[in-house]
Amino acid sequence: MSDIVRFTLDGEEVEARAGETIWQVANRRRIEIPHLCYTPAPGYRADGNCRACMVEVEGERVLAASCIRRPAPGMKVKTASERAKASRKMVFELLVADQPARERAHDPDSRLWRWAEHIGAEDSRFERRASSAPDSSHTAMRVNLDACIHCNLCVRACREVQVNDVIGMAGRGHQARIVFDFDDPMGKSTCVACGECVQACPTGALMPDTVLDAAGAKQAEADRQVDSVCPYCGVGCQLTYHIKDDKLLYVDGRDGPANENRLCVKGRFGFDYVHHAHRLTVPLIRKPGVGKSAGGDVDPANPWTHFRKATWEEALALAASGLKRIRDRHGGGALAGFGSAKGSNEEAYMFQKLVRTGFGTNNVDHCTRLCHASSVAALMEGIGSGAVTAPFTACKDADVIIVIGANPTENHPVAATFFKQAVKRGAKLIVMDPRGQALKRHAVYMLQFKPNKDVALLNALMNVIVAENLYDQQYVQAHTENFAALKEHVRDFTPEKMEAVCGIGAGTIREVARLYARAEAGIIFWGMGISQSVHGTDNARCLIALALMTGQVGRPGTGLHPLRGQNNVQGASDAGLIPMVFPDYRSVEDADVRAEFEAFWKAPLDPKKGLTVVEIMQAIHADRIRGMYIMGENPAMSDPDAHHARMALAKLDHLVVQDIFLTETAFHADVILPASAWPEKDGTVTNTNRQVQLGRRALPLPGEARQDWWIIQELARRLGLDWNYAHPRDVFAEMGAIMPSLKNITWARLEREHSVTYPAPAPDQPGQDIVFGDGFPTASGRAKFVPAAIMPPGEEPDAEFPMILTTGRQLEHWHTGAMTRRASVLDDLEPEAVACLSSADMRRLGLSPGDPVRVSTRRGTIELKARLDGAVPAGMVFIPFCYAEAAANTLTSPQLDPIGKIPEFKFCAAKVEKPAKAAAE
Amino acid sequence: MAESSHQARKHNHPGAGRRRSVPFTKGRQVDSAARDAVKALLGDRPRRRDLLIEYLHLIQDRYHHLSAAHLAALAEEMRLSLAEVYEVASFYAHFDIVKEDETPPPAITVRVCDSLTCELSGGQKLLADLAAQLGAKARVIRAPCMGACDKAPACAVGHREVAHADPARVAAAIADSHVDTAAMPGKDYAAYIAAGGYGLLRACLDGERTPEAMIAALDGANLRGLGGAGFPTGRKWGIVRKEPAPRLMAVNADEGEPGTFKDRHYLETDPHRFLEGMLIAAWVVEATDVYIYLRDEYPQSRQILHLRRGAGAYICGEESAMIESIEGKRGLPRHRPPYVAQIGLFGRPTLVQNVETLYWVRDIVEKGPEWFAGHGRRGRKGLRSFSVSGRVKEPGVKLAPAGVTARELIDEFCGGMADGHRFKGYLPGGASGGILPASMADLPLDFGTLEEHGCFVGSHAVVVLSDRDNMREVALNLMRFFEDESCGQCTPCRVGTEKAVALLSRPRWDAALIGELSQTMTDASICGLGQAAANPVKSVLKHFREDVS
Ligand SMILES: Cc1cc2nc3c(=O)[nH]c(=O)nc-3n(C[C@H](O)[C@H](O)[C@H](O)COP(=O)(O)O)c2cc1C
Ligand code: SF4
Ligand code: SF4
Ligand code: SF4
Ligand code: FES
Repeated sequence: MSDIVRFTLDGEEVEARAGETIWQVANRRRIEIPHLCYTPAPGYRADGNCRACMVEVEGERVLAASCIRRPAPGMKVKTASERAKASRKMVFELLVADQPARERAHDPDSRLWRWAEHIGAEDSRFERRASSAPDSSHTAMRVNLDACIHCNLCVRACREVQVNDVIGMAGRGHQARIVFDFDDPMGKSTCVACGECVQACPTGALMPDTVLDAAGAKQAEADRQVDSVCPYCGVGCQLTYHIKDDKLLYVDGRDGPANENRLCVKGRFGFDYVHHAHRLTVPLIRKPGVGKSAGGDVDPANPWTHFRKATWEEALALAASGLKRIRDRHGGGALAGFGSAKGSNEEAYMFQKLVRTGFGTNNVDHCTRLCHASSVAALMEGIGSGAVTAPFTACKDADVIIVIGANPTENHPVAATFFKQAVKRGAKLIVMDPRGQALKRHAVYMLQFKPNKDVALLNALMNVIVAENLYDQQYVQAHTENFAALKEHVRDFTPEKMEAVCGIGAGTIREVARLYARAEAGIIFWGMGISQSVHGTDNARCLIALALMTGQVGRPGTGLHPLRGQNNVQGASDAGLIPMVFPDYRSVEDADVRAEFEAFWKAPLDPKKGLTVVEIMQAIHADRIRGMYIMGENPAMSDPDAHHARMALAKLDHLVVQDIFLTETAFHADVILPASAWPEKDGTVTNTNRQVQLGRRALPLPGEARQDWWIIQELARRLGLDWNYAHPRDVFAEMGAIMPSLKNITWARLEREHSVTYPAPAPDQPGQDIVFGDGFPTASGRAKFVPAAIMPPGEEPDAEFPMILTTGRQLEHWHTGAMTRRASVLDDLEPEAVACLSSADMRRLGLSPGDPVRVSTRRGTIELKARLDGAVPAGMVFIPFCYAEAAANTLTSPQLDPIGKIPEFKFCAAKVEKPAKAAAE
Repeated sequence: MAESSHQARKHNHPGAGRRRSVPFTKGRQVDSAARDAVKALLGDRPRRRDLLIEYLHLIQDRYHHLSAAHLAALAEEMRLSLAEVYEVASFYAHFDIVKEDETPPPAITVRVCDSLTCELSGGQKLLADLAAQLGAKARVIRAPCMGACDKAPACAVGHREVAHADPARVAAAIADSHVDTAAMPGKDYAAYIAAGGYGLLRACLDGERTPEAMIAALDGANLRGLGGAGFPTGRKWGIVRKEPAPRLMAVNADEGEPGTFKDRHYLETDPHRFLEGMLIAAWVVEATDVYIYLRDEYPQSRQILHLRRGAGAYICGEESAMIESIEGKRGLPRHRPPYVAQIGLFGRPTLVQNVETLYWVRDIVEKGPEWFAGHGRRGRKGLRSFSVSGRVKEPGVKLAPAGVTARELIDEFCGGMADGHRFKGYLPGGASGGILPASMADLPLDFGTLEEHGCFVGSHAVVVLSDRDNMREVALNLMRFFEDESCGQCTPCRVGTEKAVALLSRPRWDAALIGELSQTMTDASICGLGQAAANPVKSVLKHFREDVS
């Protein structure tokens, strides 16, 4: 296939590269050929159906579609013969005949209209056919099939690019039509609103709702575009903001390494939170005499009950003086800071530097503690690095893919598209999770093991691999240590013994173990089902051992990849927003390291590890911590046993909150500093793939809100630090000077390349996607096996609390919902708190779908709506934790993994019942 | 109640509170009764994607329609998306999808052929009469050519064909519609064996013959693809044989070209001769599996063969569309290259052969290539099975020498024109092959002889027209057929046929515009359907201008 083909194009000898079509060669040579059903965007195969691109090939009876036809040696192609041009024009005339008039078009600038104009085919001599009714059942997108040209791009978008499989082409002939599911209204279909079809449609038949007027005509045109990155999950999709009058109009995906133009519903449609009326636009100070209490809710639309407006000078002075007073009276250890994984790398770096040098403590943490702390702990211990060994796109080269304890179609939707595409290509997908999920349909094995029995299942898999000699002896010898201990340890975990423990048949365990061990290239992805457990570190140790013993690390298509949750959780962790380590995971307890940082930062540093998120809450209750600075985090919603956490926040002598909304955490603040939303700032973020990406400022700040980096610097100055950063790029430059991981990555390079993977070997060479092919960054250069024993969960179900509560996220909402619930599309799609239950439990409890339901644990009770969800096994209730009015985390258990210090969000004992009032009815 | 408790909570609810959450996960939920029903129906059959159409038939046969509930359950069972199942089910004419708010059709469906020959014989009137007479008792719908043109007008009650149909015959057929389709009395296995059947196959398997010798025999006989394209059969076998293994074979028994009924004739009269040819072909190209794609309208044939059922789509006769359909998908023709001989069924090199082509294999080898090639007139070689229908006295399958003329066919083979009809013109190759005037009835009919006149012989379906037939109506009938049967994939055909029907419906034709449109359909359509759809129109403009201006 690597052969170059020589042929004649419009009389000139030309060369086609391997696999190139006539259209591509012509395009490269700037020869224009109209195209409608073909798009050069990545991921879209040519379909050759519209026939707008016909060219003449000498000696052939009929014309050829240049978009799909590959040149053969010696072929003579004429792109502009009269015959070809006549056919192309006739094709447009046929299509234009049925279009709504351009003046009333859904998109008068669509590819169809632009080409029609270009080749002079805007008018048609044919009669218009009866047009179809519009479908405006979806809140984010409008379907106007009167403009549809049946080009099939939306089907490819939905089926082949995003692999959501909602859109089809039904019927045949002139009755053929685009359908959602069974020709259902889009809003009632299984559509997940990724909007890929809208981005692909060349006619305006599918459009974002925000640009159309009530009649379906285009009403708004963007006046500028800004390239940035999605503010939500760790996938790190690159996107383009389309802006009109300083307001976001719509969003398109860009060709970033992690998304190849794709987005999910959040990235594409969840943007208008930035313009929400609840935005904080002035500094607020707590009114004198207004007390704090755990239940002290404030209406975000009316903060004046609790707070008053202040000037920046006043607010900053109060914020800083309160912190300073505690530091000076009780020592730096009485202060703590929560930074944010939603902010930029520069902000994270500045924040931890402020806490370490300004407060004088290592009590700085962020939500990584709540998602992957245990994974990072196990990875650091096992392979000497906490980041992924391969990007998720490595699944392109894998033949076996394991996804465990993760629900990527909801939580990492664009990463999931790559998994599903890999399956289409022929890779075998193994999903392991107690809860079912959308990937199940694509999996060869779906192991719905008993909740919390990960270690039993994983040890059994390793038992098979050891017992059947399927491990990679050479690899183990060359690159690992402590294998003997592991081998010995897993001896007892036979599939037959583990079958009863984990609920998966011994035969299946064997098959799966063989499949992964024998794979040419196997890769493991995991999520918070693995990490958010009191034995999260053990779970991750097992996965690491599994990959090491089979040598499935360090080659294309292999690796270990904890799917990171937030857009910048990787970067914030790298930047040192962790109590035990300085930037780049260098131990605060290592005197040499400390000396280096003291010299670099010109300040003395605390030699002791700081406290973690949940420990800080406990320390407040114990009067050891009295003041906090919280930037862009919402522990009142995200911490386990949230009531307890809120009591802690309310107890603080001084709480400074910096955020864009009046969050549940801010309810308890003394000073609230209005900050910048992601589209309002410049900064870098690092996604789950170790790709450092540049976000660009697209919008002005609302009211008196300020850049976060500016706010941090102002506080630092008021705490006596001499900081003089003029722009985030100055901060990034300083980070580059002390963080080896950022070597060869400069701001200027990011401006040029948008995204650079670390480690990058040279300023002009791409970063390394796959690492550790030739050893590990450990003292011995070897990776270490760490055996894991079965441990009980923190809390077992009993007679009073017989069910298992598990919490997590939902496709439409992100983290505590502060942003997404204020994004109108996302709010429309998932407006209310729900508890997902199996049909068996619904029946047992006498519930109908949609009924109110009460869920209680030893820590609290919430009421919400019951949703029937076939993915939830009997005996389990799943509740997304983003709903403030029924906060799941008032129920969860604060028990911690002893090593990762991560709470057990995925398992606690619960009771589900009809609320008293409903039961009486 | 839910409302008020919601109101009570609203103060700390950061959402706008505009909407209520849905009580289910997204989209249609699978009904448990439907799930059980579909599971029971499928039994332990494999849940393979390529069997989707077969399973749709199972449900349609059992319930006389496809309810949304059953389709959703089938999708879940086969691990397909809802859209994938729906788009396939809705592509084929023989499936009746019934959504939750729709009423299922009556259990009995009467399909009345409205293709050219039947329409000439009063098909439209029959359609109207039956609809009026049967009312709610049965659903009366129009349908494309059923391969019963020699018994026009034809219709089908369920899967039962009614020849020379009139309301009384149809009523009778409905009355005993419980009687299952009777197998035709064709030559059975014992009789075929007794007459030396399968001897040649045995000789091949025993190594007494070589594949090369078989190919040489076909080459010598000048056997050409009788599905319509006329590709030399021996050469095709040679090409497929050279492709990398594993190779597959698919038999095209979809015969849907209006006016064509010869494959059906052979399937019903001497099926084993065709089967032996098929097995020999499979042996020659070393095909690991053979699929027979039989059109759904030929149930009599289905009883004696084991195979894949079409579901009412003419386009599935086009070999690559047939392959898509065998794979369980919508029958969309593929782009070429690559040819199906290189990349065909399930991505494998595939030999596709028409029923009649295979039918002749045994005779050619046993009687010698020269026997077959010895037939022929005007320098053409071989035997051809013409399906002759229309205004002749004795329509039917006529085995005639290649190169025979239309006039000879009518006079020598069909007993002349039907009473009261004067020969005006003829379709040499079904709906696609164009129309020639009586003045050109002395052209030799064979592959390659009519192309210079804008026509082709294709599947050798000759429809004879008379002075009583209006060419505008004929052209319109044929264009309607293509409009209905277009797969809908490409613009020139999908939109072109629809616009053409509108243009041809006008009493006076806009010859210039029709001409331009025809040229684009021919030049720019993906497959033979769209490329040929304008042939009759072009012919009318050329030879019968007076009928349309
Ligand atoms: C629109 C269209 C419909 C066709 N229908 C049939 C058909 O019904 N039966 C058939 O054997 N070939 C049909 N063909 C021809 C097939 O594509 C293919 O050439 C043939 O099956 C090859 O077999 P043969 O070489 O034995 O003829 C059709 C072709 C086209 C373009
Ligand atoms: S809706 Fe748009 S993308 Fe889909 S087939 Fe129609 S024109 Fe093409
Ligand atoms: S939320 Fe994640 S998957 Fe969705 S667009 Fe944003 S980065 Fe991409
Ligand atoms: S020519 Fe017609 S039948 Fe053939 S691919 Fe195009 S639309 Fe389909
Ligand atoms: S762009 Fe080539 S056929 Fe549509």
